[in-house]
Amino acid sequence: MKSKVLIAIAALLAVSFSGTYAQKTSVQSIEEYRAMLQDGNPAELFEAKGENLWKQKRGPKNASLEQCDLGKGPGVFKGAFLELPRYFADTNRVQDMESRLLTCMETLQGLNAAEIALTPFGKGEQNNVTALATWLAAESKGGKFNLPKAHPQEKIAVEVGRRLFFQRAGPHDFACASCHSSDGARIRLQDLPNLTKNPGDGVGFAAWPAYRVSNGQMWGMQQRLNDCYRQQRFPYPGFGSEATIALGSYLGSIATGSKSIAPAIKR
Amino acid sequence: MADPMRIRAQVAGDKVTVRVLMAHEMESGQRKDSAGNLVPAWFINEVSATHNGKLVMTADWGPAVSKNPFLQFAIKGAKVGDKVAVTWKDNKGDTRTDEATAS
Repeated sequence: MKSKVLIAIAALLAVSFSGTYAQKTSVQSIEEYRAMLQDGNPAELFEAKGENLWKQKRGPKNASLEQCDLGKGPGVFKGAFLELPRYFADTNRVQDMESRLLTCMETLQGLNAAEIALTPFGKGEQNNVTALATWLAAESKGGKFNLPKAHPQEKIAVEVGRRLFFQRAGPHDFACASCHSSDGARIRLQDLPNLTKNPGDGVGFAAWPAYRVSNGQMWGMQQRLNDCYRQQRFPYPGFGSEATIALGSYLGSIATGSKSIAPAIKR
Repeated sequence: MADPMRIRAQVAGDKVTVRVLMAHEMESGQRKDSAGNLVPAWFINEVSATHNGKLVMTADWGPAVSKNPFLQFAIKGAKVGDKVAVTWKDNKGDTRTDEATAS
């Protein structure tokens, strides 16, 4: 009898002890999980693919992308990611990394940019654009965002992006700001950065392209924004559209001085 | 032809920690596509590692391993400059071997 009581007490103690050990906040647990994932980020596989695509001769013109001008002159890619979106004189518009890659794929390689833009994410050439953007982002990893703001078109893009961010519309009367304008908010276990001000190093704009563990997909900023709009029940904004680029300009401009950790790893 | 693996082999003391990222779909054979048809199983079922040509590890994998799998293991008695090679084989008979030098 006595021994049974002792066992019961011991069992109770064990329960209470494990209780105190497990007393981590859910935020700490999430952080721990992310740190474990960080070690083997499959984004590296996409980086390797992107680097190959950059150097490989492809398309009707059988050319590589090595002469692509990402804003710092033809062929200069180190740090280019940190200064995009920006205004390009040759296309006379503000472009982000992905839309600029489309331009290069068309002008240098002879591929059809409009056709690629209409290709759904995760299919055909879209996969190549994402891999290229992943590698180019990785080449600027750890650098600080510093988008050029001198050109009037760039100023307009930032302002248009800011207004789109706050524009409420759609069947749910939603705006980006509905979820991303307060501190410490989250959806289930995902933190929602406050994007009305600089969210800090490696958060928000500074974390994409990123690998999504839950579906095993690599997402660029365009897909991130497209999916935000899908979640808001907006019409599909189109790949490399003025709206998504303007939002990129806005998010990039508020991230000025923050470090890029892209390609990151997400849930 | 399968995409290359990423292998890092880092020496600490007398052991080398090997981290491997493999590019593979790892279809479980349980999923259905948008038309309702079963997506056929396609996964890595054999993994082996060699240290300077000598077999040091084999593993039998199944469909429960995630897409783009990550594998980490340690080899005792290894030093800088040693060659570590990893090979996988999938259930369709496709295979890939990549090699890294311990540093």
